[in-house]
Amino acid sequence: MRAFLKYTWVEIKLFLREPMGAFFTLVFPLVMLFLFGTIYGNEPDAMFNGYGTVDISIPAYTAMIISTTGIMALSITMSAYREKGILRRLRLSPLQPHVILAGQVVVIFMMTLAGMLLLILAGKLVYDLRFDGRVLDVALAFLLGSVSFFSLGFVLASVMPNARTAQVVGMVIFYPMLFLSGAGMPLEILPESIRNFSKYLPLTHVVTMLRGLWIGESWSLHTTEIWVLLGMTLAGVVISSLTFRWE
Amino acid sequence: MSSIITVGGIAKTYGETIAVNDLSFSVEEGEIFGMVGPNGAGKTTTIECIEGLRQADRGEIQVMGLDPIRQERQLRPLLGIQLQQAHLPDNIKVWEALDMYASFYDNTLDWEDLLEELGLMDKRGTTFRKLSGGQKQHLFIALALLNDPRLVFLDELTTGLDPHARHNIWDLVQEVRQRGKTVFLTTHYMEEAENLCDRVAILDQGKIVALDTPANLIRDLKISERISFQVKGEWKSGALEDLPGVKHVQRQGDKVVVLGPANGAQVSASIVTGVVNALAEAGTQFSDLRTEYPDLEDVFLTLTGHQMRPERSE
Repeated sequence: MRAFLKYTWVEIKLFLREPMGAFFTLVFPLVMLFLFGTIYGNEPDAMFNGYGTVDISIPAYTAMIISTTGIMALSITMSAYREKGILRRLRLSPLQPHVILAGQVVVIFMMTLAGMLLLILAGKLVYDLRFDGRVLDVALAFLLGSVSFFSLGFVLASVMPNARTAQVVGMVIFYPMLFLSGAGMPLEILPESIRNFSKYLPLTHVVTMLRGLWIGESWSLHTTEIWVLLGMTLAGVVISSLTFRWE
Repeated sequence: MSSIITVGGIAKTYGETIAVNDLSFSVEEGEIFGMVGPNGAGKTTTIECIEGLRQADRGEIQVMGLDPIRQERQLRPLLGIQLQQAHLPDNIKVWEALDMYASFYDNTLDWEDLLEELGLMDKRGTTFRKLSGGQKQHLFIALALLNDPRLVFLDELTTGLDPHARHNIWDLVQEVRQRGKTVFLTTHYMEEAENLCDRVAILDQGKIVALDTPANLIRDLKISERISFQVKGEWKSGALEDLPGVKHVQRQGDKVVVLGPANGAQVSASIVTGVVNALAEAGTQFSDLRTEYPDLEDVFLTLTGHQMRPERSE
């Protein structure tokens, strides 16, 4: 346990020392929040069923953070660790292989969580954020969304030959999804044709689920999302456990 | 016999390439055992099979009586390993790396003492990325010694280091042995093997071509001098090969190496006169002629018919 704590603590420090990862996980969502918060404020809006822009943006930006850490941070870190032989060095220690991987997941999860908490804090302090859901429901949805995207990140890390390719492929997946899934901007302002396409993006399901539970909707309205994300997690775990390479 | 490592008939192929072919040897407790040979000779494959990082296609390996693959968990804490291709995260600080790796073991040395001994104390707060090549290797040695292992593996430890850093590392390896540890190292610097190792296995194309103490290997050459010189352009070795006492002539680029005379041969004096006369007679332009005692490099040359030397100038 001491080994696991030391290892994850060092990995957290390393995450924070990597300017790109830390910026896009912790700072960029806040920049988005203040930018659109300043433009639109948080007044109740009929388009969002009486919620304000900030109210509906915070769960959506949470989904954005999940996809950033899962598709970008996790896959790039893991591919770079493999490429450089950092994983090899770790494997020479008595630390068990599953502990090495679990540590990476825990660190990425904690950073994702920190990103969400910063958003909520800023929303509460600056924009009088409205929350009508149940904390436990949102926490579970957050966990499911995170796990599904982390498994996608592991698939990328497993099949990409190096960190550079992982980064490029990650960006190719990440950016269109960011804008078309409702994570970066509300689906309500997108045209019907795009919204029809959005249904096929995994991130859309995270956004829909988090936004729904945030305003107190029941889980029964989100069974599609649950199945899609559980399926994605399962597929990701199976594929990456078959393809993951230590070197 | 207290063999700490026994290797019996191991072989490993990667696709069509035979990396290691039927190797057998043992390493005794407390010695510095070296494996030398050019790149691609199979050194790293062999060391990684012994470390349990790779599985040999066939053959038996025992390390302290344990099987490195099946009993990996028991063996891990007993081994100290420095890898040829290993790395730490760029932004990790020296003390963090040691503190973290120390937490992975039940029994460790005090890492602050290790830092002190390895001369890294003033670098404890420096990130890995900012260390020089030699400092990185010192840190990897510290990590390999952290768990106070009985057996330490050092794979191509000094490759890419300048001579000063290399000599520092040699001193360190000697100290490690003085603490009663067994050291298994690989290198493609013959000079390093000769200076550092109690016994040396010379590897070429996946096979051991010789295994003995450096002194014995050189003595068994039965050659008392090496003459080397530079030539330019067309040059034929025939005239030199026929000289009395000359055992071996080899050209690599502009450099020619002549070995001889065999100890006990019917040549009383040095073969230098003969070589110089033959060159002058043929009208060969030569320069930088020197004579030296033979070393492990010449052992390799005569055993394999090719030279390792180009790699020394890397």
